[in-house]
Amino acid sequence: MQLITAIIKPFMLDQVRPALEQLGVYGMTVTEVSGFGRQKGHTEIYRGAEYQVSFNPKLRLEMVVDDARVDAVLDALVSSARTGSIGDGKIWTTPVGALVRVRTGERGTDAL
Amino acid sequence: MPIDTGDTAWLMLCTALVLFMAPGLAFFYGGMVRSKHVLSMLAQNFAVIAVVSVVWVVVGYTLAFGPDLGGGLLGGLHFAGFANPQDAVPGLHLHVPPIAYATFQMMFAVVTTALLTGAGADRMRFSGFLAFAGLWVLLVYAPLAHWVFSPVGWLAKRGLLDFAGGTVVEINAGASALALVLVLGRRRGWPHDAMAPHSLPLTLLGAGILWFGWFGFNAGSALSAGDLAAQALVSTHLAACGGLLGWVALEWRATRHATTLGAASGAIAGLVAITPAAGYVNSADAIVIGFLAGAAGLYAVRLKFRHGYDDSLDVVGVHGVCGVVGTLAVGLFATHTVNRAGRGLFDGGGLHLLGTQALGVVVAAGYAFVVTAAIAFAVQRTIGLRVADHMELQGLDRAVHAETAYEHGGGFGSSNRSF
Repeated sequence: MQLITAIIKPFMLDQVRPALEQLGVYGMTVTEVSGFGRQKGHTEIYRGAEYQVSFNPKLRLEMVVDDARVDAVLDALVSSARTGSIGDGKIWTTPVGALVRVRTGERGTDAL
Repeated sequence: MPIDTGDTAWLMLCTALVLFMAPGLAFFYGGMVRSKHVLSMLAQNFAVIAVVSVVWVVVGYTLAFGPDLGGGLLGGLHFAGFANPQDAVPGLHLHVPPIAYATFQMMFAVVTTALLTGAGADRMRFSGFLAFAGLWVLLVYAPLAHWVFSPVGWLAKRGLLDFAGGTVVEINAGASALALVLVLGRRRGWPHDAMAPHSLPLTLLGAGILWFGWFGFNAGSALSAGDLAAQALVSTHLAACGGLLGWVALEWRATRHATTLGAASGAIAGLVAITPAAGYVNSADAIVIGFLAGAAGLYAVRLKFRHGYDDSLDVVGVHGVCGVVGTLAVGLFATHTVNRAGRGLFDGGGLHLLGTQALGVVVAAGYAFVVTAAIAFAVQRTIGLRVADHMELQGLDRAVHAETAYEHGGGFGSSNRSF
């Protein structure tokens, strides 16, 4: 099993979720985050003064998937979250040691 | 004077409208600070209602509107503690109970003092500010109110026209704000750190409440429910519209963006400028005055960056500068068709009124600046007017009030930038 973490543009979530559901991804966690990458920050204007905001708002999606599905999920994330402009985000995977469903105590892929 | 029940009902309703401006201001300002300071802004604005109201009853009112002690400089103690509530207010021929007038004026003192919270935002001590507020009402607001609002005051006798407080409220607040921030010093990190508003939805809510309450402020200042109140009410509304359009149009020209905060600020700028003029100018000119104020405000809020004074929420730029615009505009636009009290340059009155208005501007700004600086300095040296650096950094909400506005630091419509 792998934990897939994706940082995406907030307004792309509505396209990402159905794309992942079609692949049989049964759940995910969404967090509002802010940070910077190549996009750096952005400029906002308050009372005529420009403010450099050094962190951009993003969403962090986290989901645990079976090893066999990882490549398909990565492909679906890339194609559904991409706008083609700077700041589209990043995706990475982390090996998962154990997984437990709290309600039933099921472990491993049964808990997916 | 016989009591007119219609006038009395109107004045008491307006009293409530003006009071409502204090929480309106709390939200207007509260949205503009970062989320770690929002409760301090709300707390200061609410507490100031109580402090100023009590001070006003005890001695503030009588210093402003009591029988003149000589030279039109200060009122005597005849009304101390709201004593002698049946006795006529010197110089005024009211058709309302004098105590209703005294309470209406109380709310003006409340709102004017509350304006100063915006200048010292993010760094003022709660206790120090409340002490400052009480002293400021007695030593700055009450004397100015006597000079201008009381018909026996020296500026009123010179013919200064200030319908609802261009000098007493707006210029006074602007000049006092400048003195206050010079004594307080800049916020840590200003101007290089971005200190963007945490919730413009709250700010717009506050601006809407202010706009609503301002009808009471200006139309109530007619002190009767007749032609003059109606004219003041429509002029107030139109100036807010003109201000909004002026600010947003010019900011769009400069940046290609029309901003939410610009729309709110422009409306307030227009309302500020029409405050001295509402009962002296006609409806069309009210739009012009508002538009000029909106344009002036947009440029005035940049002065703090050029001159390096940290007026956090632009009390100097919006209230001070637009108060000057409105007070001088009376000297240009005042017309006999609205009010026999005076005629400005464009109604064939010549430059005399404009000169008197300019005198009012200089006197109000000069007096407010000097005395406010002295009060702020005295409080700074005794009780303390500024919090310690680590409290400012942590945020006044937790450091001073032991509360937080929002779970997880995000906030009401906030863009998650509490750091």
